[in-house]
Amino acid sequence: MDLNILWFILITVLFIGFFFLEGFDYGVGILSLLIGHNDDERRLLLYSIAPVWDGNEVWMITAGGALFAAFPHVYATMFSTFYMALFLMLLALIMRGVAFELRGKHTSAGWRRFWDGAIFFGSAVPAFLWGVAVTNLLIGLPINSHMIYMGSFWDLLTPYTIIGGLTFLFVFTFHGAAFLTLRLVEGGMTIRIRHAAQKIGLAAIVFFVLCMILTYAQTDLFKSTLAVILLFLAAATFIAAYISTASAKYLAGFILSSLAIVFTTAAFFAGLFPRLMVSSLRPEWSLTIYNASSTPYTLSIMSVAAGCFVPLVIAYQIWTYWIFRKRLSPKDLEH
Amino acid sequence: MDVLLLSRWQFAITTTYHFLFIPLTLGLSLFIALLETYYVKTKKPWCLSLVHFLGTIFLISFSMGIVTGIVQEFHFGMNWSEYSRFMGDIFGAPLALEALTAFFLESTFLGIWMFGWKKLSPKLHCATIWIVAFSSNLSAFWILVANSFMQHPVGFIINHGRAEMTDFFALITNSYVFGQFAHTFFSGIVTSGILILAISAYKILNHSIAEKSFLQCMRFATIYTLIGLFAVMGTGHLQAKDVAHMQPMKLASMEALWETADPAPFAIFASINTQAKKNTFELTVPSVLSFMVYNKPYGEIKGIQELQTQNEQQFGPGSYIPDVPGLFWSFRVMLLIGGILLLLVLISAFLLWKQKLVKSPFFLKLLIFAVPLPFISNSVGWYISEAGRQPWIVVGLQKTAAAVSPNLTPAEVFITMIGFTLVYLALAVAAIYIAVRFIRQTPSAANDWRDK
Repeated sequence: MDLNILWFILITVLFIGFFFLEGFDYGVGILSLLIGHNDDERRLLLYSIAPVWDGNEVWMITAGGALFAAFPHVYATMFSTFYMALFLMLLALIMRGVAFELRGKHTSAGWRRFWDGAIFFGSAVPAFLWGVAVTNLLIGLPINSHMIYMGSFWDLLTPYTIIGGLTFLFVFTFHGAAFLTLRLVEGGMTIRIRHAAQKIGLAAIVFFVLCMILTYAQTDLFKSTLAVILLFLAAATFIAAYISTASAKYLAGFILSSLAIVFTTAAFFAGLFPRLMVSSLRPEWSLTIYNASSTPYTLSIMSVAAGCFVPLVIAYQIWTYWIFRKRLSPKDLEH
Repeated sequence: MDVLLLSRWQFAITTTYHFLFIPLTLGLSLFIALLETYYVKTKKPWCLSLVHFLGTIFLISFSMGIVTGIVQEFHFGMNWSEYSRFMGDIFGAPLALEALTAFFLESTFLGIWMFGWKKLSPKLHCATIWIVAFSSNLSAFWILVANSFMQHPVGFIINHGRAEMTDFFALITNSYVFGQFAHTFFSGIVTSGILILAISAYKILNHSIAEKSFLQCMRFATIYTLIGLFAVMGTGHLQAKDVAHMQPMKLASMEALWETADPAPFAIFASINTQAKKNTFELTVPSVLSFMVYNKPYGEIKGIQELQTQNEQQFGPGSYIPDVPGLFWSFRVMLLIGGILLLLVLISAFLLWKQKLVKSPFFLKLLIFAVPLPFISNSVGWYISEAGRQPWIVVGLQKTAAAVSPNLTPAEVFITMIGFTLVYLALAVAAIYIAVRFIRQTPSAANDWRDK
């Protein structure tokens, strides 16, 4: 296996980590406003991710950095292509990040409502936009022979990509609900969360299936047998997650919903392979793991670093979740 | 305005804003780690209160730094795609390594530190803030490795129309990075030290019930800042030598030295005419510039004119002269602020020694007014570093004008620039408002410092 393939797999792993972890962070952020009836409830919901959201977000930053280091042309083309979308996403992430820190520092109701709104939109906007980005990558973009995007921001929004965005939004929200059912003491809010999960999960399933159909009709993902298998595994695990959570089997619900995200992300990359960005103008203008990569020297250095540090990161992040494993109750807010 | 100019403005705004908070975060994390260690050793309750108190200010600063750090990483691809293509093989590595080795560590352990007070033993808890302090400074190291390549490229060849890495070890041992990292590290100490001194001064002036603990805090902070200041000056001197050796045009521009001179004087004041490429009036001290560079009162310093001719011969026609008045005055502002801060901290040390600090309200007020100074100094310092390498984005390899994303329209970049700027301004107001309110209302250090 050459280093280019190894790095394609590593990028996949980083995006899997990102969507799995930030998926429930976004979900909790969205649900905090939908489910929390008062300030105490919203605080409790947000408290479930307070110690970890920042570490989770680094998966996205690392995925970006790894693209830069391993496939600089992909980093250059992708980030300049999604310019306005990334601008919106950055504003959302800025507001969300600061909101976690500032919302508790003032007791006025208006202040808290403002930052609650920032957390809601700061979670919903990136969740939606990542769905739009992923479906755009699958369908292909007008990229010329110099790897430069020839379209505009509005070309990124088509019915298919909007459905992709909504799919991500609902799946992440469901994933957040599944996470919360494990993080809060049972009874009280968990019942409300389960009811919300039933509605959101149903919407997510509808959009997921719709998105699969459109993916079949509009992209070449189904040419890859592996991608098809992974995509159907994703659909099956997601439906199983829905059934488990609805029947209050919370642990199974969360594990299955995590698997659904893992399979979906893996299916997406398997469908792209060996490309990272598809040119809709001419297949040979697509950015692949070979024409867009760094030198073997840089890749080998980065491979050593990733081999040492990715397992280490996973180990101490698991330790973090172990420290904060206790289910939260309103009592935890008192000190 | 065109995409290039707007993109430069946007990047400058983001970086400058980002770096208002970064030195504070770097220096505060280390100070808090020292303070918590002292608490673990002595078990003095006031010490823990101070850790919580300063911790809150640290967290506000951290959150502002982190959100703009993400913007910074994205800007390279968004606005500077041709730079990312040309440089990605080299520049991407330190950025990815920063995330992988430092940023993960910093974010994860900061979460544990914030919420783990009752979950971990005091020693283990103290270890987490040391990990945060270590990893945030490691993070700075990687970013400065990347920046040093832009200033002084090493360990590469030009191949297939791009810069390719040939020696990773040369990249991370770039002689430029050591002066730059040390200077940044110690200016973080100074920035946080001055802020801690000012906050303590405010608390003492207002007869806080925790006056004694803030007085003790001032003792620690005075020593901390004094060490920082001497080291900042020492490393600044080293850096000036690096610049003289590796970026002569930057040095000449900082000094508005148009003609080559031996010995070279240091201009205290100059009226600079960039059109005529000379100073219409200047007030100089002979030999001082040569002394700064060579540690002896003579030695040739090349002037801007000669360097321009050299550059034209080497790289073709065009202007290779950066913003001379901006660099000249930025450098003087930095030196002046360094001097003022040193004076203030020496007075603080003297008054503490004579046990007269509490009875010197005028001096305590002066300290509060000194808060903006290190922030100004940090900003102009980076202005010298970055504006001083223009017109290059990577000195000698790629010009800034060739680095910008070709697919963007001026309207797009204009919208994002205005959008980012407005959000930054609003957040700065919110953060400063909350921090000031917190400092005022927290009697000693609040017991409930965390989210409530």
